[in-house]
Amino acid sequence: MSAPLLSVRELGVTYRVRPGGSPPWARARALQAVRNVSFDLAPAETLGIVGESGSGKSSLARALIGTVPASRRQALWQGADLLAMGAEQRRPLRRDIQMIFQNPLGALDPRMTAGEIVAEALTTHERGLPRHEVRSRAAAMLERVGLLPEHMNRYPHEFSGGQCQRIGIARALIVGPRLVICDEPVSALDVSVQAQIVNLLQDLQRDLGLSLIFISHDLGVVKHIADRIMVFYLGRVLEHAAAGELVRAPRHPYTRALIAAAPVPDPAVERGRQATGLGGELPSPLAPPSGCVFRTRCPIVRDACADEVPAMREVGEDHVAACPYDAG
Amino acid sequence: MSPFIFGRRAIRSLSAASVEDAAGGRSLWRDARNRFLRNRAAVASLAVLVLLLVFALFGDLFAAWSNEEIDWALLGNVAEEGAPSLANGHYFGVDELGRDLFARTVQGTRISLMVGILGALISMVVGTLYGAVAGYFGGRVDSVMMRIVDVMMAIPYMFVLILFMVVFGRSILILFVGIGLISWLDMARIARGQTLSIKKREYVEAAVAIGVRPARIILRHVIPNLLGVIVVYATLLVPSMIIYESFISFLGLGVQEPDTSWGALINDGASQMQYGTLWQLLFPLFFFVVTLFALFFLGDGLRDALDPKDR
Repeated sequence: MSAPLLSVRELGVTYRVRPGGSPPWARARALQAVRNVSFDLAPAETLGIVGESGSGKSSLARALIGTVPASRRQALWQGADLLAMGAEQRRPLRRDIQMIFQNPLGALDPRMTAGEIVAEALTTHERGLPRHEVRSRAAAMLERVGLLPEHMNRYPHEFSGGQCQRIGIARALIVGPRLVICDEPVSALDVSVQAQIVNLLQDLQRDLGLSLIFISHDLGVVKHIADRIMVFYLGRVLEHAAAGELVRAPRHPYTRALIAAAPVPDPAVERGRQATGLGGELPSPLAPPSGCVFRTRCPIVRDACADEVPAMREVGEDHVAACPYDAG
Repeated sequence: MSPFIFGRRAIRSLSAASVEDAAGGRSLWRDARNRFLRNRAAVASLAVLVLLLVFALFGDLFAAWSNEEIDWALLGNVAEEGAPSLANGHYFGVDELGRDLFARTVQGTRISLMVGILGALISMVVGTLYGAVAGYFGGRVDSVMMRIVDVMMAIPYMFVLILFMVVFGRSILILFVGIGLISWLDMARIARGQTLSIKKREYVEAAVAIGVRPARIILRHVIPNLLGVIVVYATLLVPSMIIYESFISFLGLGVQEPDTSWGALINDGASQMQYGTLWQLLFPLFFFVVTLFALFFLGDGLRDALDPKDR
């Protein structure tokens, strides 16, 4: 692997929250949305992040983009620590790391036209660009993501969800980023449109040599686009491996459950399968279980699981899992 | 003007909008305008306000007398001969000193509208910016800025205004300064509250992620999305400014003779009621009430047009 583009070490995100209904003098409690996440991302590589709602995927994305404060250690961007930078220092670097949001319509300002939205990203980083050039580059970018030039003057509410997401992609890509963080970019879209957007992202990645961090709760989508997959549960990474390897030979019981829960597109096979879904709910991140966070729902749980947080264990080449027992 | 004409105008602008659609986008503002034009009461109120503005600006041209000229022929005989009459040029009659009430109403309308519009404008500009900045930055900045507002609100403004008038002398300028000082406080609170919810939207987060500077985020993303609420509140603020001024003039501290305002005219008229010169009260009162109604209906119509889902 060449030198990593982004190298994250023991990143954490902690929110201070006051539970609803508590008196105003109550101390705020710490909600650890993300704990101890480390990974390297090579240029032009795609890292998939999978996990349930509330598992901290989006918090991780927002910490990297700098809209929520991250604690602990460092996130090195080509050697420069993003987490140690102030807002002004960080601003020029924002050009390199862009984000695509989950809610396609909500991420676009309803009072601005598609052209203005895309142009704003450009003029923020290239001040003093002549008007006509801003316009032509915005138009070219919109065309690149599959919209028509006459869409420039339309407002977000006149577009479909898929089209809105294309505008979001155009806004992210017009400044020429090296890394694009996609936070559930397709989960709000119809299945047919999902495929179009994923394919568009793959085309753009190939043409522009982008690195992607692709976040989704849908393992099926992630395994299609990602080179490596990280499995999140309650703010912790449970398993991290190359995409093919993870799907073929999952080592953590949670990953197995995720894969088993994915529907098979063949009715005959699907009917014959046994329901292996997990029971229970995701525990509250305010009061995570002691020891292994997954133990409350784990099919192979043992007494020892409550005592100690399991360490990441090398279980194969470039494949780590946070479970000391081989579910074999 | 009949409702029929409003209807036609609405239809014409609707079809104009759909023609423009082919070329450009249909903005939220244009949607709102179409909804507004379908609201008869609001459009009629707008027409009334336009007529009122014309009255204030050009009413003088029709007046046979000036607002300070005393009609000596009627002085001392106001109750019998000072009633509204086309023959002697006193369309609204004369006041207790024999001055032409029409000319005085035109001039009073001018002052009252000016106070109302200026107060609303100051509150829109200052209050919106102040509230948006406080709400957007949050934390300590927000606390300090909003506590300042709280402190200013705790001071009884009428007292301060009267003190101003006494110290600096009664002038229309001091009246404007006083009204400007208090008018933006409520608006700042409203703008701040709305900003708190807007800054959590994903499009603001997207702008931060792109690297847009805070000043630009406030001006380009926060304020345009606040504006619907602000505009509505501002139209409701105009009447309350007019009422403030009327109250101050009613107390005898507002505008100075021979200038007048609605409040001063109503005050004079009310004090003459028992002598049978009721027109001195009714004409200014009519303008005052009609304006307030028109502004309230306009504000209502704007709110319905701008936030149709909040009804």
